Amino acid sequence: MITTRNWILVAILLLLGAVPAAAAYFEQPFYLDLLRRVMIFAIAAVSLNLILGYGGMVSFGHAAYLGIGGYAVGILAHHGIHSGWLQWGLAIGASALVALAIGAISVRTSGIYFIMITLAFTQMLYYLGISIEEYGGDDGMRVPVRSQFSGLVDLNDGTQFYFLVLGILAASLFLVHRLVNSRFGMVLQAIRSNEARTRAIGFSPYPYRLATFVISGAMCGLAGALLVNHTAYLTPEFMNWTRSGELMFMVILGGIATSAGPLLGAAVLLLLEDVLQGWSLLPREAVRDHWQLYLGIFLVLVVLFARRGLAGLLPGKNE
Amino acid sequence: MNYILIAEQTLNGLQLGVMLFLLAAGLTLVFGIMNLVNLAHGALYMVGAYLTTWFYQATGSYLLAVVLGLAGTLAVGIVTELVALRTLYERDHLDQVLATFGLILIFNELIAIVWGRAALYSTIPDYLSGHVQLTDSLRYPLYRLVIIGVGLAVAVLLWFTVSRTRIGMLIRAGASNRAMVAALGVNIRLLYTIVFGVGAALAGLAGLLSGPIYAVQPGMGELILIQVFVVIVIGGIGSIRGAFAGALIVGMVDTMGRAFLKPTLATVLSPTAAETAGPALASMLIYLLMAAVLAFRPEGLFPSRGS
Repeated sequence: MITTRNWILVAILLLLGAVPAAAAYFEQPFYLDLLRRVMIFAIAAVSLNLILGYGGMVSFGHAAYLGIGGYAVGILAHHGIHSGWLQWGLAIGASALVALAIGAISVRTSGIYFIMITLAFTQMLYYLGISIEEYGGDDGMRVPVRSQFSGLVDLNDGTQFYFLVLGILAASLFLVHRLVNSRFGMVLQAIRSNEARTRAIGFSPYPYRLATFVISGAMCGLAGALLVNHTAYLTPEFMNWTRSGELMFMVILGGIATSAGPLLGAAVLLLLEDVLQGWSLLPREAVRDHWQLYLGIFLVLVVLFARRGLAGLLPGKNE
Repeated sequence: MNYILIAEQTLNGLQLGVMLFLLAAGLTLVFGIMNLVNLAHGALYMVGAYLTTWFYQATGSYLLAVVLGLAGTLAVGIVTELVALRTLYERDHLDQVLATFGLILIFNELIAIVWGRAALYSTIPDYLSGHVQLTDSLRYPLYRLVIIGVGLAVAVLLWFTVSRTRIGMLIRAGASNRAMVAALGVNIRLLYTIVFGVGAALAGLAGLLSGPIYAVQPGMGELILIQVFVVIVIGGIGSIRGAFAGALIVGMVDTMGRAFLKPTLATVLSPTAAETAGPALASMLIYLLMAAVLAFRPEGLFPSRGS
């Protein structure tokens, strides 16, 4: 099942692999940082695409798992436990558990209920983060020591951290690709396109949806663990509802239910934000202070007029 | 426990409840009839608060400011419907959520461009300020009583309109089968615009009433919007009755939780544990309530259809 599109995706990943050398050659380490951020959000968007694109579940609360992953690392680090194996294991496990709890209630519903419930539960976790003073409360807290992997990888080394993120991104893309093309994924997509027929041929949608929801949550929790290592700062803003909206937008912008979509969407959105915030050509006040206005207009236009997303522009058959 | 405090918090809960109802009524009608998920509803609440505060400062007359603020929000709502939302009725919920999310960003930034990011200071006229002596020992702010009164009056008016008038009949018919209503010669587009405008005006009313109590600042709409979602999910989407019941339940539970959870926990747990757990649990209470309701009644307390 290797299509032209997927070869292009592999080429993009190889190009990303060449960035550290190029950044070192041109002495522009800033871009390494920016692309690492892009790839971390791409992992989160890949996980969201699994439930949103292939599962047809419009989750407006995916930022919750970024937060859970972040807090898992932050809380352990706060208590002096810096082992990455433990921290990241907890991030994945706790996210899966929370996804199981939220999913058990929300997956039974559909449509607008699902959207509102996932949003409300994420907001609940956000308020929980704000009210726990021990772990920084509203202001958040610094996480000065990065996760340690028994000398195997050193996250303080920008290049090593970059390659680790790239590796996890490639692994997530591969995992989702294998998952949606497996028997499990076929059932999942069948449920999305016609639930009644899928029931009629003997599949119960609930366990399939819930399992996908949990896998997606766990994957996003890992992205949260990466993000807190990237920013070295943990705040409840990880779980802000606008974050969930941005993740959804990345998936739509890139192309829903495509393998390259989440990566393209995350890249374009974050680079655009970066450009708008740092724009020096136009009057600064008008653009930089109000960049969200332009982002909003862009978002509305994309939703109204560019349904197939960026991946739809790539050569090759539409998936 | 102190009975005066309980009475006072009950009134506070009622006040929050009717405020949530004003927002929930518009949102649930728009969803029930147009099948539109409108995240930008909170933006209209913000517009109402800003316009009224600004008109009051400019004209000096509170009543005039209220009328102009409501008319302004109605106009903004109708323009938004005509320009952006109308094309979204036929789209799926995902598109609606994202496009209205974009509208929120646009509204927040436009407000910040016109009035700045700092919170506006919103006042009430002298004849609405001060306290009322309800019983020998209970004094309650007049303004909050006015909010409760206005909210209940709107609830009665809405109930009467929806269940007893011709336009209410059309609204109910449109909610159950819009193709049939259109086939019978009703201008369904106009009906949609009217319903959206009324919902916008109600959101504006909630905004202008809440201005003097909460902060008037960009983004004020989203915080309350998510609570309104909880109201609607608990009450049942598309049902005015459900919105009313849900709003009062959420208003009460939230207010009571914030007021009494910490002291109650302190009788069971150690003071420091109660100090930490109290506020955390209080802020999560309405979401836990929502989860509990959904576990037993996935369609909410008052499922729609001819509400």
